[in-house]
Amino acid sequence: MEKIKFEKVSKNFLVRDENKKGAQREFTAIQGIDFSVKEGEFITLVGPSGCGKSTLLDLLTGLTSPTKGRILIDGREINGPGLDRGIVFQQYALFPWKTARGNIEFGLEAKGIPKKEWQERTDYYLDLVGLKNYSDRYPHELSGGMKQRVAIARSLAFNPDVLLMDEPFAALDAQTRETLQTELLRIWKKTGKTIIFITHGIDEAVYLGERVVVLSANPGTVKKIIDIPLNNRLADADIKSNPAFVKARHEVWSLLHEPEYQGAHI
Amino acid sequence: MVTLNKPTQIEEPNKRHRASGKSLSIIIKAFKKSIVLILFVLLWELAPQLDFVDKTFLPPFSEVILAWWDLFITGEIWRHFEASILRSLFGFALALVIAIPLGLLIGWYPLARELLTPILELFRNTAALALLPVFILLLGIGEVSKISIVLYACTWPVLLNTISAVKNVDPLLIKSARSMNISSFKLFYKVILPASVPTIFTGIRMAGTGAILVLIAAEMIGAKAGLGYFITYSQYNFLIAEMYAGIITIALLGLLINYGLSGAERYFSRWKQ
Repeated sequence: MEKIKFEKVSKNFLVRDENKKGAQREFTAIQGIDFSVKEGEFITLVGPSGCGKSTLLDLLTGLTSPTKGRILIDGREINGPGLDRGIVFQQYALFPWKTARGNIEFGLEAKGIPKKEWQERTDYYLDLVGLKNYSDRYPHELSGGMKQRVAIARSLAFNPDVLLMDEPFAALDAQTRETLQTELLRIWKKTGKTIIFITHGIDEAVYLGERVVVLSANPGTVKKIIDIPLNNRLADADIKSNPAFVKARHEVWSLLHEPEYQGAHI
Repeated sequence: MVTLNKPTQIEEPNKRHRASGKSLSIIIKAFKKSIVLILFVLLWELAPQLDFVDKTFLPPFSEVILAWWDLFITGEIWRHFEASILRSLFGFALALVIAIPLGLLIGWYPLARELLTPILELFRNTAALALLPVFILLLGIGEVSKISIVLYACTWPVLLNTISAVKNVDPLLIKSARSMNISSFKLFYKVILPASVPTIFTGIRMAGTGAILVLIAAEMIGAKAGLGYFITYSQYNFLIAEMYAGIITIALLGLLINYGLSGAERYFSRWKQ
């Protein structure tokens, strides 16, 4: 089942022209992006800076629309933000004046879920991300990892079909990141969501994704999509030593380090 | 059992030690906070007593307090205090009612912001007291002119802080809310408004300080009651101790307002670190 389909998507922006004062020129952020994501798939997008990751995400959220091509979800073109997609940002984007519970309820209210279901749902998702006892904490009372757990719970609680994650673990320390990666896999198995996960970490991309979309920069295009033949990620404690993992990791690494990209990610 | 007992035995004296340390630190803290105040009062008391300064112009602290007490008993000081606090509260409250909604509106619409910012900056940077003669000319020396000048002085800090608060709401929060497909109206009152509260409160506190300052000056120039009037009246009639009593009352009024506003600020910004 095809969940999301990119059809030759390009996006141009007007930017300031460095050569001519006061003038603007067209800048192509992404060009001819064309691939599909299957229902329930965990797909990771990895690429150097300037590969248009954020542009892609904005297009998926519906906050901007493509210059050329179109993006379909369940065969329907995206024409604005919607609660069929939940977004997790790198900087959490929690409302600091609301408690963990309040933040989750914000999404429930936006979706129009009856108030009497809020308590139960919020409890369920806080439990799912391991924060059962932190429902009344304000974001500033939580660690970075906990904040991101709340953000994940908030995005899951209004029950979107697709979870879009924009470098969600990039701001966390290595140990927390690893824990949350495992947790995310567990949550994905449990909820069966389609997940699009943007990252610039090669290990992270290979560890989480069933497929890894390798992007190249200037303009952002799909270089290659690599299948990751791992199906026991949660069972194998040290999966990163698994030959299949090592091989896939090396392939992604090589693609990102080919001469044409040298200097693209200084 | 032995292993269980041991830690408790170690903890007991530790706890007691910590408790006594705590009460000691409270005493030290209180001392640090009050020592300079006490020295100040002592200096005020002793300098005139020992003839370092002229007693006529700076009566000892004890005399001022006695004068204050007399004024308090007769109800005289209360009459002026009441006049001042009512005027400042009235002007201040009116300013909030006008400036906060207006600031939210101007902050929300970029065009309004661009058009109005220059003139707002001009008014904000014109000292309110410089306009006092204008207010008196136009509105007379009654209550209206005094409340108006307080209103005027309080409006600018609140208005400009509200505008900048709305303008500076974290764009990521707006993006996050927008991605949840909420209406502009909901975005405004569920995200923009609460996110703006701390910055708005900075303006409110500035206004609180300004309200007293401007009011006292206005009362000194033309009034029949109020602490500003009382101070100049006492000075003209050479009631020097009474004059100082009036000044102390103003200090108390200022402290009271600041205390109230900090409390409100803490309440509304309790989600901040």
